[in-house]
Amino acid sequence: MTDIGILLIKIVLALVWFLVLTLYLTWAERKESAVIQDRIGANRASIFGIRILGLFQPFADAIKMIFKEDFVPVFSRKFLHTLAPFLSFFFVAITIAAIPFGDDIRIAGKTISLQIFDANIGLLFVLAMLSLGIYGIILSGWASNNRFALLGSIRGAAQLISYEVALGLSLVGLIMVYPSLRLSEIVRAQGSLLLGFFPAWGVFLQPLGFIIFLFAALAETKRVPFDLPEGESEIIGFFAEYGGLKWGLFMMTDFMEIIIVSALLTTLFFGGWQVPWLSTAGFEFPWGWKWHLGPWLVTALEVAAFNIKVFIFCWLQILIRWTYPRLRYDQLMDLGWKLLVPLSLLNILGTAIVMSL
Amino acid sequence: MMILLFFVLSVICVGSVLGMIISKNQAYSALFLVLAFSCLGGLFGMLGAPFMAVVQIIIYAGAIMVLFIFVIMMINLRKGISPERKKWTLAVSAVISVVLLAELVFAVLGTPPMPYTAAFSSGTSPTDIGRLLFTKYLYPFEITSVLIIAALVGAIVLVKKREKE
Amino acid sequence: MIPASYFFLLSVVLFVLGIIAFFLKRDLITQLMAVEIMLNAANLAFLALAKSSNFLDAQVIVFFIITVAAAEAAIGLAIVMLIFRQKKSIKTEDMRSMKG
Repeated sequence: MTDIGILLIKIVLALVWFLVLTLYLTWAERKESAVIQDRIGANRASIFGIRILGLFQPFADAIKMIFKEDFVPVFSRKFLHTLAPFLSFFFVAITIAAIPFGDDIRIAGKTISLQIFDANIGLLFVLAMLSLGIYGIILSGWASNNRFALLGSIRGAAQLISYEVALGLSLVGLIMVYPSLRLSEIVRAQGSLLLGFFPAWGVFLQPLGFIIFLFAALAETKRVPFDLPEGESEIIGFFAEYGGLKWGLFMMTDFMEIIIVSALLTTLFFGGWQVPWLSTAGFEFPWGWKWHLGPWLVTALEVAAFNIKVFIFCWLQILIRWTYPRLRYDQLMDLGWKLLVPLSLLNILGTAIVMSL
Repeated sequence: MMILLFFVLSVICVGSVLGMIISKNQAYSALFLVLAFSCLGGLFGMLGAPFMAVVQIIIYAGAIMVLFIFVIMMINLRKGISPERKKWTLAVSAVISVVLLAELVFAVLGTPPMPYTAAFSSGTSPTDIGRLLFTKYLYPFEITSVLIIAALVGAIVLVKKREKE
Repeated sequence: MIPASYFFLLSVVLFVLGIIAFFLKRDLITQLMAVEIMLNAANLAFLALAKSSNFLDAQVIVFFIITVAAAEAAIGLAIVMLIFRQKKSIKTEDMRSMKG
């Protein structure tokens, strides 16, 4: 009984973390784009005259979206048109279950892992759910019965399928180095040290894999260098026939994908919740210093480290989105199939050769 | 608890296959099939094969059915094709399927029930499958990879429009 | 624990439904889908076998079936596209002539 209670608490906490971060990522995106474009950005939203850098802006946006008319075109396929945004939202939201937020904690003799679903196929679970997210795109384009939306969804599906190949292959090398698909074990393996002082993070062991994964994951989020499925400004995207809350769900899905990609990058390549030289007893520096810390402080540091790494990658992705122009469609496919896939195969080969030495 | 989950999943699975048969629109058929395959993925997970469950979802639901829907979108028939109406084909198919169903059900019920072994109930790890795949089944594995490459090249060659025509 | 025969019965039902779908449907794409249903029924039976008799090789066989099904779907759909380009139809009744 208590197990189910703990599980429910973990699910609620993870979802709250996810959704609050999503809301504030919209604010961060507006602010960062404003800084890049030498503007001030959203700063007018206020409660009783208090406006701290426009921090209430996400709530204003959410309220606006909720009270907009829920518009379903007469020519659309009603049920699928409604289902599509919820599908794409669901398949991104569920992936948070596999992300480890921190090391196991002990409360009253019970060991609780800071992860909802610690399966031995955790990594593949995330990839499977991200691949099912395609259905949200395909259905939204097809059910809208609008040929521009359909074209957008075909572009989107082709892009996502192509980049999934590179995404999966880039992780094979990593799986070979940390021989596990269980995300918590991958993170644990990254806590060891290379040459006695260097954290064994994935980015140091798999630099090429990291770069390929970063590009492929950016393509999976469908944002600007790779935003051919959406193309808000010029080419019409798959959610052209959506408005109000359903459009908001698609936008939220985008931001949640950014967070999931950041969380995956952190977990796989940057040590997850590991802080360099921090073990369960406290800091143990390679030059001999020891700094004893209590278990709660260690857990807090680990969770904070995970969060900071995720924030840094979110920031990086927003920076990329506001810096680079969109790729042309043939450039997109060339990058995916002619560069990333061969490079990831090369990465697998190189990893195998180095490991067999 | 588990038996309830089994019945829910199998009812959804069979129901969506029926829906696929009944629906006239091919795109709806394909979507019903996606639902059926996802439920099958859940059933695979219940059978202690989490790796196969995820492979089922990634490959069947995430890739093969997307391919089907892609082709359906490209062909994009305005009207669906209604199921077969000729009397004699209906009769023949009904007879054949009833006979086959009866035979297979008898075959299943006739086999003595096999007891579960305890070691297996916790589920298999992908490591075991990988080890088996790269030792005992190495040659089939390599042949499959050649088959996949052949299918890839074949599909491209078949569908590609020739320049002069 | 669920008896393995339940899974076998489900797989039988799915297989027969696949055959019925193959008979009833008149277009190539849905018939290909019916073939996929039958393959999946076989997969389910193999995995039930793997569990009931602790035979891990059955899972490997399922892996092979899935990969071969992927290849089959790719080639099959390419052929369907070709037929559609030539005949502007994917009904099986329109595939009577031997010449293309």
